[in-house]
Amino acid sequence: MNKPLKTNGVGARTPLIDGVEKVRGAAKYTADLAIDGAYVGRILRSPYSHAEIINVDTSRAEALEGVIAVVTGKDSPIPYGIVPIAQNEYPMAQEKVRYRGEPIAAVAAVDAATAEAALELIELTVRELPGYYTARESRAPDAVQIHENKPGNLERDVHNSFGDVEDGFRQSDLVVEDEFHCEEVTHAHMEPHAAIAEYHPERDHLTFHSVTQVPYYVHLMLAQCMQMPQSRIRVIKPFVGGGFGARTETLNFELICGILARAARGRVRMVLTREETFLTHRGRPAADVRLKLGLSKTGKIMAVKAEMDQYGGAYGGYGIVTILYAGALLNALYDIPAVHYDGYRVYTNTPPCGAMRGHGTVDIRHAFDTILNRMARELGLDPLEVRRINLMQTPTETPNGLMVTSYGLPEALDWVEKASGWKERYGKLPKGRGLGIGCSHFVSGAAKPVQWTGQPDAVVNLKLDFDGGITILTGAAEIGQGSSTIVAQVVAEVLGLDYSRLRVIASDSAITPRDMGSYSSRVTYMVGNATLHAAEKLKARLIRAAATALETEPENIECCGETYRVIDSQDKGIPFDKVVQTALIDHGAITERGTFTVPKEFQGGKHRGGAVGSTMGFSYAAQVVEVVVDEDTGEITVEKVWVAHDCGYALNPLSVEGQVQGAIWMGMGQAMMEATRFHKGLPLHANFIDYSFPTMMDSPDIEVFIVESMDPNGPFGAKEASEGGLAGFLPALAEAVSDAIGVEINDMPITPDKVLDALTRKRRQAQRKRVSA
Amino acid sequence: MASIINLKVNGKTQEHLIPDAMLLVDFLRDRLGLTGTKQGCDGGECGACTVLVDGRQRLSCVTLAKSVAGKTVETIESIETKGRLSRLQAAFHEKLGTQCGFCTPGMIMAAESLLRKNPAPERDEIKEALSGNLCRCTGYVKIIESVEAAILTGEQA
Repeated sequence: MNKPLKTNGVGARTPLIDGVEKVRGAAKYTADLAIDGAYVGRILRSPYSHAEIINVDTSRAEALEGVIAVVTGKDSPIPYGIVPIAQNEYPMAQEKVRYRGEPIAAVAAVDAATAEAALELIELTVRELPGYYTARESRAPDAVQIHENKPGNLERDVHNSFGDVEDGFRQSDLVVEDEFHCEEVTHAHMEPHAAIAEYHPERDHLTFHSVTQVPYYVHLMLAQCMQMPQSRIRVIKPFVGGGFGARTETLNFELICGILARAARGRVRMVLTREETFLTHRGRPAADVRLKLGLSKTGKIMAVKAEMDQYGGAYGGYGIVTILYAGALLNALYDIPAVHYDGYRVYTNTPPCGAMRGHGTVDIRHAFDTILNRMARELGLDPLEVRRINLMQTPTETPNGLMVTSYGLPEALDWVEKASGWKERYGKLPKGRGLGIGCSHFVSGAAKPVQWTGQPDAVVNLKLDFDGGITILTGAAEIGQGSSTIVAQVVAEVLGLDYSRLRVIASDSAITPRDMGSYSSRVTYMVGNATLHAAEKLKARLIRAAATALETEPENIECCGETYRVIDSQDKGIPFDKVVQTALIDHGAITERGTFTVPKEFQGGKHRGGAVGSTMGFSYAAQVVEVVVDEDTGEITVEKVWVAHDCGYALNPLSVEGQVQGAIWMGMGQAMMEATRFHKGLPLHANFIDYSFPTMMDSPDIEVFIVESMDPNGPFGAKEASEGGLAGFLPALAEAVSDAIGVEINDMPITPDKVLDALTRKRRQAQRKRVSA
Repeated sequence: MASIINLKVNGKTQEHLIPDAMLLVDFLRDRLGLTGTKQGCDGGECGACTVLVDGRQRLSCVTLAKSVAGKTVETIESIETKGRLSRLQAAFHEKLGTQCGFCTPGMIMAAESLLRKNPAPERDEIKEALSGNLCRCTGYVKIIESVEAAILTGEQA
């Protein structure tokens, strides 16, 4: 049989479909959009960590010439939030402010100078309350409640037990318990936040552009907070300069921009500074992890018990989901018969945390894999081999109800072992140089969305009309990860066409079907499957049309992309355009709709919160990190990372490599240098100098090997590629440092001072031993 | 205070009355509509606003527009010729040197500046020259590969 010509189909190393616009500087991001006559929007932010608001006097600001509108908490009395049962945040503060930087009021003015001058004229009267910046302070018995309905400043505590943990520890030959602290980190996407709201007073409609990862949530929350029918709102996502989870939730500035535009009865452009972008936050919370692991002398994991405090910041946000994720994904990486988890999501007077790449899983994975590495050494076993001993037999259902149907971790371990020269080099390198290993995994889309509607997880429409061009209409949010490229590749593959006939229109609520957007690495799996469904339906329709034109039955027709012909005939067949013309007779423009819905059996355990962590396909990654450590300065240089990532099937190997490299590198930032820092709630890090992440000089070569486990339910076998590898970097680095200089460091990031402190402690211990000997 | 400045931007002579405090990035974006030049930080931290002034790389977010009067400014919009991508642009596209694309214009302009001074830099020289340009998506691996691919294209040309 003649295979259709492979062009931009799946499996090809394909540049991004929107890449040319980006390299030309022609891609329009929100702040690049030319909006005639837009007012400038600016936000007044709280200078207090925790205070009761007694009065906000805006009269002087309103009187300033050039000020069009001033809004405050009084104009935004409806709460919002990502988790429907835990909405406790307001676009602008109500009776209290709970973190420095929280919006209190906003101004629309004719220009930036006027708007900024107006902010200075707003008078704020407050009664200050004590501020709490760590979980310990917030949970102290005498602490003032940050939220009235949250005693003990606990957002949520989770207690889950699967299997007999105590028995598991009794059966263990070695049990180790240790404590870890991981600093708070943040996304630091390169594009600062921005939104443009166009209120049309004559129709009471709102057109809204923003930097969001989930335009659908922004749509819902604008409607909710503005008390406006959803039908009067249109949300459009232009090019977006990264997200990494920060823009999954609807953010306060988006709602303020909408509220301000309606108050101004016009258009408002709001471009946040980098400092404000840091203050808006939603990053990975600081965490204290206590983890106890039991192993048999052969290295088999018998039981794990973990306790975690997350310093969640001032509002609920994603908090419940994050604290549940941490416990749930202790499972489904290795075979563990007994797991106990206690999680505490704590309110603090700092900017709210949220979802960040590897959501919920990273800090606890660091604790787990670091202890596993050390215990392996103590038992005289190879840490890499210990992971082989604990591989799952798949397909399987984990004790907490997660389904694992494809599992490429064995092959991933094989590759990193060989590529890094692990067997010959681990534990044998000269002093100052070391290797370490870590493994990690992540979901390919949350099986159960937080906003439950009964609608499919993904809907994709393909429009085909007289011109013979196919427009792919998707709500999937392209944020640089390549989602628009993936859907185009799937259509190209199924129909045997190249990009010249395809265009992707994404994320415009007036045109594209509702989609849950870009979070939890769901797009390739869910939107990919919906696209596959739509493309197959369109192909079937075109085959029927070709059969009509060729006066035969559809089962006799072969689709060869640009031509359709009778199978095994000498006939050249008819061209695509002719097939389309035939298909349009008596029908007109065609829209084929594809959908995807995760079946119930994949939606997690029956216990409370059991849906979090559930997915149809887990990605798996193993990595080996090689470091050089300077014992005089404490400086760590990562020389090389070998990472093998099981993405099921690489729809676009070029893109998979790019995503995996980005994830590993982001893990490296967290492991080596990134941390937000506050002084009494005042952010000390809100710029790229003080919040430093690796530059090109600091960044190693990251060699990626793609493992293809062919997931039974993913599109063409594909799973996620951009989150699963991140968490493994942290324990791999800790182990590599240990291998290099023989010190054990628990806390993240491993900065030069921590290395020097650890070396000093080690020398003193050695001296004490000598003295006592 | 305001001044009239004359300068050449992307080959075209410009004469504008501008406030003395106006930054070059705002002049390019707001006055000339050249939004390819991005602002990613609050001043001098990220490199997204990199342009060439008289052929040398400059951060337009910490440069007063007034200070480039009489000079030649080149932005990302200028480096393709007759609708053909420059070798750096083509390499960044083909090798996935760009993901979200926000750092890309600045990154390409910084690389352009490097290759004009040093047509065949070593990997360490590339890393050093571009270390003031931050990217949060790629881990830089494919950016370096893109620059190296562009160098090879240049050698073959």
